[in-house]
Amino acid sequence: MSIHTISIDGQTVPFEDGDTVMSAATRAGIYIPHLCHNPEFTPHGSCKLCTVKVNGRNCTACTFPADEDQTVLNNTPELTELRRTITQMLFVEGNHFCPSCEKSGNCQLQAVGYHLNMLDGHFPHFYPSREVDASHPDILLDRDRCIYCELCVRASREADGKNVFAIAGRGVLNHLVVNSASGLLKDSDLQASDKAADVCPVGAILVKRHGFEAPIGARIYDRQTLAEASLAREMRPEGAENE
Amino acid sequence: MSNKIKVATTSLAGCFGCHMSFLDIDERILDLAEVAEFDRSPITDIKHCSDKVDIGLIEGGLCNAENVHTLREFREHCKILVAVGACAINGGIPAMRNHIPLEECLEEAYLHGVGVENPRIPDDPELPLLLNKVHPIHEVVKVDYVLPGCPPSADVFWKFLTDLASGREPSLPYELVHYD
Ligand code: SF4
Ligand code: SF4
Ligand code: FES
Repeated sequence: MSIHTISIDGQTVPFEDGDTVMSAATRAGIYIPHLCHNPEFTPHGSCKLCTVKVNGRNCTACTFPADEDQTVLNNTPELTELRRTITQMLFVEGNHFCPSCEKSGNCQLQAVGYHLNMLDGHFPHFYPSREVDASHPDILLDRDRCIYCELCVRASREADGKNVFAIAGRGVLNHLVVNSASGLLKDSDLQASDKAADVCPVGAILVKRHGFEAPIGARIYDRQTLAEASLAREMRPEGAENE
Repeated sequence: MSNKIKVATTSLAGCFGCHMSFLDIDERILDLAEVAEFDRSPITDIKHCSDKVDIGLIEGGLCNAENVHTLREFREHCKILVAVGACAINGGIPAMRNHIPLEECLEEAYLHGVGVENPRIPDDPELPLLLNKVHPIHEVVKVDYVLPGCPPSADVFWKFLTDLASGREPSLPYELVHYD
């Protein structure tokens, strides 16, 4: 069997048939910032945070197939700048009041901001009005913090076999909808033990009565950088539980 | 005339937590006093900036007309304006009212809230007019630097001010960047 390789920031990285740039990089221990990607689910390519340069062209690493003769740039000042801008846009398009959020310290959006040395949102804030759904006895849905990564949508469909969530609307009218006659979470078949209740990278879907369990200083990204934590979770071949 | 850098601080719609955190630099404030002097600030109780201030640290966002006025005046007098803390940067906790119509906020606080006596919405002409929404300060004036955190830690203030005082471009290392 011939060994296929690509180059990422000058490092030779082997890949297998079916690999994306992201999966080859992860296996080699190279962190490419990402939010909507989770190796357990079908790639979605929506957040654009994993943008890399492949042979001079911008591509999303989580969806782009690895192939012979690819020269990939990942860790460059230009891409960091671009990713920082994307992250700033994600912050100002939602309502992210980290000091009052129980996901704070365990949130991937926040941690990616730290990784990119993002200090502020730069753009004018949208302050959109979004519905909170607290109807379910065990699960809270706070749409203020949703970044439309569709991880809950994919987890519900692919892991739980339930189709509880979907994204509806376009542009600023984009919103997360719940598949039940009333549109409320309490009338859906979502259960706290479902993958979809546990997969949200931000504080939009939270299992109730578990907030603030780890004190400041002991939360996931207080102890580890996002790069370290992501690689530790995702380098394991069979995936792993999410935070 | 002293060669010390002039530092001014003030608070808009904030809780003064950022100022308290600044004071957590503890005895390092004596080292700071060697190179810096305080102009307008709650510490000096000076109410308006002197003509030229080198560094202005401003905490809190904009929730009323007086905040906007104070911010503009502060900006005019400060060579370098620094947005300190979540409220100045994105509205912070006060901006959580932005989803709710102002009228409802006032009614909840002054008419229907638990334990309210003599319900009445304050309307004294001396009271500054509330803005419909709370805004971060960069939407109104140019901001030169930001110190994230709720509040930024004492080490953030220390790193930033010592960088500036020694002529270095201020930068915050990874461990000091927090949004909460
Ligand atoms: S979801 Fe993350 S970024 Fe948003 S408020 Fe919560 S901690 Fe902050
Ligand atoms: S609720 Fe969470 S998992 Fe679902 S789309 Fe929004 S951010 Fe992603
Ligand atoms: S992680 Fe690739 S587009 Fe979101």
